[in-house]
Amino acid sequence: MWRFIVSRLLQAIPVLLVVITVTFFLIRMAPGGPFDSEKAVIPEVKAALEAQYRLNLTLFEQYTAYLGDLSHGDLGPSFKYPGRSVNELIAAGFPVTAELALYALLVALVIGGVAGVVASLKPNTAQDYIPMSVAMIGICMPSLLLGPILILVFGVYLDWLPVSGWGDSPGDKILPAITLGAAYAAYIARLSRAGMLEVMSQDYIRTARAKGLPEWQVVSRHALRGGMIPVVAFLGPAFAGLLSGSFVVETIFQIPGLGRFYVQAAFNRDYTMILGSTVFLATLIVVFNLLSDILAAWMNPRLRNQLRAQ
Amino acid sequence: MRFGVLKSLCLVLTCLALLACGGRESNVVQGNRSGILHFGNGAEPQGLDPHVVTGIPESLIINALFEGLTVKNPHTLESEPGVAQRWDISDDGLTITFHLNPKATWSNGDPMNAEDYVWSWRRALNPAMGNQYGYMLYPLKNAEEFATGKIQDFSDVGVKALDEHTLQVQLNTPTPYFIQLMDHHSTFALHRPTIEKHGKATDRFTPWTRAENIVSNGAFRLKDWQLNRRLSVEKSDTYWDRDRVQLNGIVFYPTENIASEERMFRVEQLHYTQTIPLEKIPVYRAMKDSPYANAPYLGTYYYLLNINKPPLDDVRVRQALSMALDRERLNNTVLHKSNVPAYSITPPGTLGYQPPKVFGHNIEAARELLAEAGYPDGKGWPGLELTYNTSESHLKIAVALQQMWKDALNIDITLTNQEWKVYLDSVDQMDFQMARRGWIGDYVDPNNFLDLFLCEGGNNSTGFCDPDYDDMIQHQAPQAKSREERYAIFHQAETRLMEQMPIIPIYTYTSNHLIHPSVRGLPPNLMDYVNFRYIWLDKNQEAAE
Repeated sequence: MWRFIVSRLLQAIPVLLVVITVTFFLIRMAPGGPFDSEKAVIPEVKAALEAQYRLNLTLFEQYTAYLGDLSHGDLGPSFKYPGRSVNELIAAGFPVTAELALYALLVALVIGGVAGVVASLKPNTAQDYIPMSVAMIGICMPSLLLGPILILVFGVYLDWLPVSGWGDSPGDKILPAITLGAAYAAYIARLSRAGMLEVMSQDYIRTARAKGLPEWQVVSRHALRGGMIPVVAFLGPAFAGLLSGSFVVETIFQIPGLGRFYVQAAFNRDYTMILGSTVFLATLIVVFNLLSDILAAWMNPRLRNQLRAQ
Repeated sequence: MRFGVLKSLCLVLTCLALLACGGRESNVVQGNRSGILHFGNGAEPQGLDPHVVTGIPESLIINALFEGLTVKNPHTLESEPGVAQRWDISDDGLTITFHLNPKATWSNGDPMNAEDYVWSWRRALNPAMGNQYGYMLYPLKNAEEFATGKIQDFSDVGVKALDEHTLQVQLNTPTPYFIQLMDHHSTFALHRPTIEKHGKATDRFTPWTRAENIVSNGAFRLKDWQLNRRLSVEKSDTYWDRDRVQLNGIVFYPTENIASEERMFRVEQLHYTQTIPLEKIPVYRAMKDSPYANAPYLGTYYYLLNINKPPLDDVRVRQALSMALDRERLNNTVLHKSNVPAYSITPPGTLGYQPPKVFGHNIEAARELLAEAGYPDGKGWPGLELTYNTSESHLKIAVALQQMWKDALNIDITLTNQEWKVYLDSVDQMDFQMARRGWIGDYVDPNNFLDLFLCEGGNNSTGFCDPDYDDMIQHQAPQAKSREERYAIFHQAETRLMEQMPIIPIYTYTSNHLIHPSVRGLPPNLMDYVNFRYIWLDKNQEAAE
């Protein structure tokens, strides 16, 4: 098991290095720079600005200098927000985004898991079709649309929940979590239905039924653990996707998360911010994929034994 | 497990019901009671250093925190005393003496003095600072030379502290709008000890503007700044004119998403929005006691023509393109009558100046001109590309104009959208035929628009160069003896410009806000200028819609 984890961690280092290098040179190829603005800037001012951010060095010197800073955790100053470092911006935005992603994942798990399990118990009946059609709608409906609809209904017409903000007034975390979680709930519903259907036809389920267990115990004790393996394998990438994909929801609900900084950084050519958040998110994605692999291995007895034997 | 889910579902529903019954009090109601203005501010401020930042969201906050030598009256836009109690202008217009208010103090209690200005302007002009608005001080003698590194000695620049409360300024040429510039944040005085405590004077990265460090001199002081969430200021108890300040505080919200901003206004989370989505205008306009405020704004929306590239190298083609457009119809349909059709670069009524109208909507004349240029009824037209930065409203306008050109002249225009920085790069490199552009005035004077098209103008971007035009703007106008004479020269110059048509003016901007009826002392004006000192909240006015 340890060898598995260590080897996966070692594989992550070249992956991250490639991510950094590709990102670094790719953003420099994009036309326009961080100090281009609608108003012309005199050459002296531009030169002074570039000197303050080391842009006067050659590209390769900048690259090595960046790697040097990165090796002791310094992501550099932001171009767009003078006086703030990228570390600081990530530290301010990430906890919010992580919290939002966590709630969204919970929403997705609860709604998706229940819908999938319910559907799998009576396949090809109304109990299957209705939750699955709803799930399909969930996949198709972009948060760009779902968010404003939820806001209009629950925020403006019913006036039950705040229309924006994060942690400012009670209940303002509910709508963003549902909006962000909805699409993932749909995926989870489909995954858990498929997983459950496969498990329910296994011999050990028949054995469980044969020994007289009531159906709900058969499902909750025996089927769920096996049936949920595909869902668990999906959790890591899903959480990473939620973290890096929350931009739209953050914008709609005015949430001070990392997603907004990240996407705006690309538009602003805020080189250090783009690089910093890419490196940060890439690291997280690697870690979460690893975690979900470990979890899936632990839940699957055959794989667990295989790893133990190694 | 299923039971557990049911239970938590019930819990959520109960919570929702409780919240619904709780009757949350809106920000507006709360704010009206406690004197706190909730202000939609557009983007998150990039920073608060007056010598660094460039945007409108930043300038709004800085105007609450700091005060210049003069401020503007929001009703008339005339300059009023700020830190300077009064000022004298010499007869030749070259020397201005500012008399500082002895009661003016910094928010930490230190008195303000004339030396603060000398030090701050040196910082603002220092080339190492990289201040993009340094040119605001260029009317000062030798300021441009210092800012571009041609001279090193700041004592040659035309600013001197005569004594503790007297600041004397020498100008290159008489500059009638110089007093107005004293209201711009790049001319503000900053607190030297605070800045030097946190780094070199010219460092852009220091944390001196954080809430725990900043020292300012305005009607409000920074209380709290939460990134991308809100920025709060509270009334300053050291401000010299504090007795006339009626708000107890302001909360600035970053509202980048204008649809979200409008929803926040609807549920009374905001008193004021920075703008309004185009498609909502008819809805709000139709309301009784509408909160929608629309007023002329000092800015022009236009298309740049690259006059070095055929077919635009022919002035007749340029004129034909411009005359073929029905700007009234564009404004009435696509723009929901929210703007003003433009036929010149300078917005009408810029401090009393009325620009010439050398052409109008005239399809017949446009066809004739195009035929003369060799494209009768669009035959042989080589095609033309219009570049604009990606945005839904720019697209809508471009599509409408494309159709007008097709209908009137039977010519094809292709549309190319580019992401913002790519577009800026294309315009900068003159790598376009026709490109969208907007210009917002920094100060109320025709000069601010007309000097765009000087031969060497950094924002010219058309290839237009006329030495006579340059002479009128740079030499004749500053020497004029009266405002009338000066405006006559501008009028003549602008006529010359519009006859050559290096740009196609499309419309004059307007400011568009939603303002809660309880907000008083926030009149519309040409600069969309907000003077927070004048604002008060009427507690009795609670109904929003």
